[in-house]
Amino acid sequence: MEIKLENKKRSGPVLFSEYKRGDGIRKAVELGRENILFELKNSGLKGRGGAGFPTSTKWMLSAAANADKKFIVCNADEGEPGTFKDRVLLLEYPELVFDGMVIAGFTIGAQTGIVYLRGEYEYMLQPLEDYLAKVREDNLLGKNILGKENFDFDISIRLGSGAYVCGEETALIESLEGCRGEPRNRPPYPVNTGYLGYPTVVNNVETLASVSHIVLKGGEWFKKYGTDKSTGSKLFSVSGDCEKPGVYELPWGTKIKELLEIVGAKNTKAVQAGGASGTCIPKTQFDRMLGYEDAATGGSIIIFNESRNMLKVLKNFMEFFIEESCGQCTPCRIGNIKLMDGIEKIESGEFTFSYINNLKELGRTMQVASKCGLGQSSPNSFISILENFKEEILNTNWKGKENV
Amino acid sequence: MSKRENIRVPVSQQPFTVTKPEDTTTIGGTVTVQINEKKFSVPLGTTILEACRQNQIHIPTLCHHPDLCIAGVCRICVVDVEGMKTLQTACSFPITTPIKIHTSTPMVRKARRHIIDLLLSEHYGECYSCFRNGSCELQSLAKEYGVDEYTFGHADKPRYQVDRSSAAVVRDMSKCILCKRCVRTCIDLQEVGVLEAINRGHETYIGTFLDKPLADVICINCGQCINRCPTAALRANDPSDEIWEAIDNPKKHVIIQTAPSPRAAIGEEFGIEAGHSFTGELNTALKRIGFDKVFDTNFTADLTIIEEGTELLYRLKKIIVDKDESVKLPQFTSCSPGWIKFIEHFYPEYLGYLSTAKSPQQMFGAIMKTFYAKQAGINPADIVTVALMPCAAKKFECNRPEMNSSGYKDVDYGLTTREMAKMIREAGIYLPEMPKANFDEPFGDASGAGLIFGATGGVMEAALRTVYELVTGREVPFKNLAIEPCRGFEGVKQASVKLENCVDQYKFLEGVELKFVVAHGTANAKKVMEMLRKGELSNVHFVEIMACPGGCLGGGGQPIPTNAEIRKKRAQAIYAEEESLTVRKSHENPHIKYIYENFLTDGPCGKLSHKLLHTHYLKRGKFIS
Amino acid sequence: MLELEKNSLSEEIENLVKQFGSERQALLQILQAVQRKHKHVSDFAQQEIARLLNIHPVEVYSVISFYSFLCSEPKGRNIVRLCRTISCDMAGKDKVVTAVKRELGITFGETTNDGRVTLEFTNCLGMCDQGPVMLVNEKVFTHLNPEAAVNILNEVK
Repeated sequence: MEIKLENKKRSGPVLFSEYKRGDGIRKAVELGRENILFELKNSGLKGRGGAGFPTSTKWMLSAAANADKKFIVCNADEGEPGTFKDRVLLLEYPELVFDGMVIAGFTIGAQTGIVYLRGEYEYMLQPLEDYLAKVREDNLLGKNILGKENFDFDISIRLGSGAYVCGEETALIESLEGCRGEPRNRPPYPVNTGYLGYPTVVNNVETLASVSHIVLKGGEWFKKYGTDKSTGSKLFSVSGDCEKPGVYELPWGTKIKELLEIVGAKNTKAVQAGGASGTCIPKTQFDRMLGYEDAATGGSIIIFNESRNMLKVLKNFMEFFIEESCGQCTPCRIGNIKLMDGIEKIESGEFTFSYINNLKELGRTMQVASKCGLGQSSPNSFISILENFKEEILNTNWKGKENV
Repeated sequence: MSKRENIRVPVSQQPFTVTKPEDTTTIGGTVTVQINEKKFSVPLGTTILEACRQNQIHIPTLCHHPDLCIAGVCRICVVDVEGMKTLQTACSFPITTPIKIHTSTPMVRKARRHIIDLLLSEHYGECYSCFRNGSCELQSLAKEYGVDEYTFGHADKPRYQVDRSSAAVVRDMSKCILCKRCVRTCIDLQEVGVLEAINRGHETYIGTFLDKPLADVICINCGQCINRCPTAALRANDPSDEIWEAIDNPKKHVIIQTAPSPRAAIGEEFGIEAGHSFTGELNTALKRIGFDKVFDTNFTADLTIIEEGTELLYRLKKIIVDKDESVKLPQFTSCSPGWIKFIEHFYPEYLGYLSTAKSPQQMFGAIMKTFYAKQAGINPADIVTVALMPCAAKKFECNRPEMNSSGYKDVDYGLTTREMAKMIREAGIYLPEMPKANFDEPFGDASGAGLIFGATGGVMEAALRTVYELVTGREVPFKNLAIEPCRGFEGVKQASVKLENCVDQYKFLEGVELKFVVAHGTANAKKVMEMLRKGELSNVHFVEIMACPGGCLGGGGQPIPTNAEIRKKRAQAIYAEEESLTVRKSHENPHIKYIYENFLTDGPCGKLSHKLLHTHYLKRGKFIS
Repeated sequence: MLELEKNSLSEEIENLVKQFGSERQALLQILQAVQRKHKHVSDFAQQEIARLLNIHPVEVYSVISFYSFLCSEPKGRNIVRLCRTISCDMAGKDKVVTAVKRELGITFGETTNDGRVTLEFTNCLGMCDQGPVMLVNEKVFTHLNPEAAVNILNEVK
């Protein structure tokens, strides 16, 4: 298949609203650093990768750090099962992402931007390089951007090599440094000690894209959408059992059942919000809303209809984590294996309830004792699926030798 | 913010980069931390673990080791920091704000218990058939946390094949718990770089380049990884069964030589605090075990000094008087077999700088199977020589094919301090209770110079005592013969001593500033070699290098655990024993005089001593085919 | 390996080091370039890279073994990675698996005898709305069905 940067315009209130290349950067220069940080803070923008850390705080911390070099890293290691919004942004709206990086560089005083593009997206490399070349010609990248003295910023693209854990920001930095993608101890945080030891802001593709709009149109405008705690809109990557899978921009606070309606999902039994590391929401809770304060997600929405076997779904998720765990910390390296053992015991009907409860307890330990977000969230689906589909899973797979 | 200078090490294995102020008043000084409802004031940047330990609050650790940088991977040290969603590892968390910490909440205890359960579920082997039974850190954690069942199962099959290829180190990865202490030892501490984590996730194991057997990679056999392994995943290649067999064979005349470092440390194996020498007690124990003769390696340490010192003087003369440019200076010591293999792999082009003198262990073997055999009237074929060494690399050294100048294998077995203690226990002997006894004659008297070989700088000090006196006819100008610049644990030490009023034979050295460098640990050796490469050692004459941190007393065969404090105490024990001796200079050892008068009659570095006491080295290089 | 091949590989790696730098952070880029061209990073290449970056060969091997797109053993000329994650799974991945295995006569993780194709599973490729999906080298193919998948594989050389 031939990949080109498309200019297919989608519709949506924020990200998919009107934007022309360079507009955000021009506005940024006009506003100045302080005002950009103010607008960002006012917008309430939180990280779109899933962790939901306030973007303005990240930027302020690294803007305040005293160093002779700083870095902006765009985290395009989109690997969460069921997530593909970054692909759409990079291919269809590269101006939003790269303008966002330039604005970030301008704001915190960084001159180097790096896009960490997952190895699976290698086919995007050339079109993106071509795009960057074009932008350089237009002086929206490079030396003295927009003719402004000492406003230098350039972007290079580095490829991953097939490791989901590199989406974790410190693992990503390790990978950029030519090491195994093993998450670091935190603190210190990358905003102080990041790539090569320099202050580094790592932002998700969508976060950077949102920044371009916020800078151009203001924090107040952004805040009009969404809820108090989850401002703005969000790109949802919808897949699974529905008529119209794809990327949707919806304001935060949209109810799950509303989303299901929009995408044409029927006979839905459950929705996995947040990919393999998210939680599984059963039919009875479909009036929950999408947002950091309720059903949080980095964008992945996977829909399961009544025909799906939830144990099989869970097994697929656990296989994923076992393969993608970096293996350095004990809870994640061995814990996921134990959860998988449990799933296999359930499959064969040879489990005890106390054993399953032990595993759920273990899952809770993994959530608090693992070194990074991967191990901390890998038991989420185990716990939520076994909890919410207890009837289907535990009470039907029971192979008891009755009345012996 | 501090910039990382060395990108070599994966950052996850490097210490966090929050700079700890030397002077705590400079950047805000101290910070108040509340641990379990009590308040403490600690310097900014102190880790939670350090803060707890300073205040007698126990935190269990596993991947943490005082000699190594922080990993934060085992997660056993997790604590609850108020306001944080997840538990934090005490070992890695620097205190920079006034935080509140709880070290024993239900969540913390449960997490620790789970982590132990998980490690046990994968750790293959039963405690009672394990050489670390009683000294295994995983075992003691299981005990500490009251593990009385395998909640998540227990490995009943080994996952990996045991690698027994190396003469020195045995690797059993089925017992490995992936704390990466060995990796950090090999890459950071020693900069040898043989071990790293391979694969990811559950498939991760500690492996070598392309999974080659240890014998085929650039392992220098220093055994430092063994000393820092919390379990029995790494151990030394134990020859004690063969030694028992020899002892039990009436036809065999079994001789043991004991080096000073094991004597200063073996007490630790019997529960005695570090810092006590058990030389006399050990002599009795060894005789009771059944060794026919117990000799002192220090005797050949003295011999090494004479040979190596003479060689140095020859080199100096060739350069200064004969203007021979093919002669290399500085001369590097050659008694540490780990260092020898290190230079053979990493700096093969500099082998010419090494003294050709064999190590004391090998000199001893060669003398035993020649001079001693003849004097005692024993067929050398019936002599079995055992060397009690603090060292894992000595096992490799005695197996080097060229080490047979006596016509036999000069030293049959290298035995570590740990293995010796095992044999003593097996014989039903409690070492500290033994009466003291002297070494057997004629190789029982040695000078203190040989004794201090055990500590870093010791060979240099011993050599200087002899060389200075040979050249000037006077004792070294240091109080009580203690050449202080040679002592202490600084990584690379440099000093000099001026040669004045030289005796006639050495008039050519008049006014020469004899410069020397001492380094310990191969990471420091690398620094010295890079200095040499850059020409920064052009006015240095003599360099002592020991492969192990602290010198032999921190050797890879010494009791476990090891840390800076323990090594310091062992050094104190050695220096204390030395001061009590009457003969403290190698050349004044009467047996040395005797052997040159009656056996090595063509003198130091003469024909016979070259045959028996000197050797050559191999250009190994780094390439692994 | 022949001396000649070694020399050209050395030269190639030296050029990569010139391009990406001799710092540790260049390692992954160099490995990716070698992998792209040779479909694996040989033991000789690993040691050359280690030498030029002044790191230990085992560190290079360790990094290679960590990333699923790098390998130290030769693989087929074309590497086919079929997504096995949930959305593709639900969209009918299993049928594609069966068809492809039957057609090529190998199972996943194996290489065809002629060295033409290596079959592998991979995790989410970010095409969940268009599954089942597979990567053939760096190209992505979507909306697969058994027949389409087999046709694509039959066309790669």
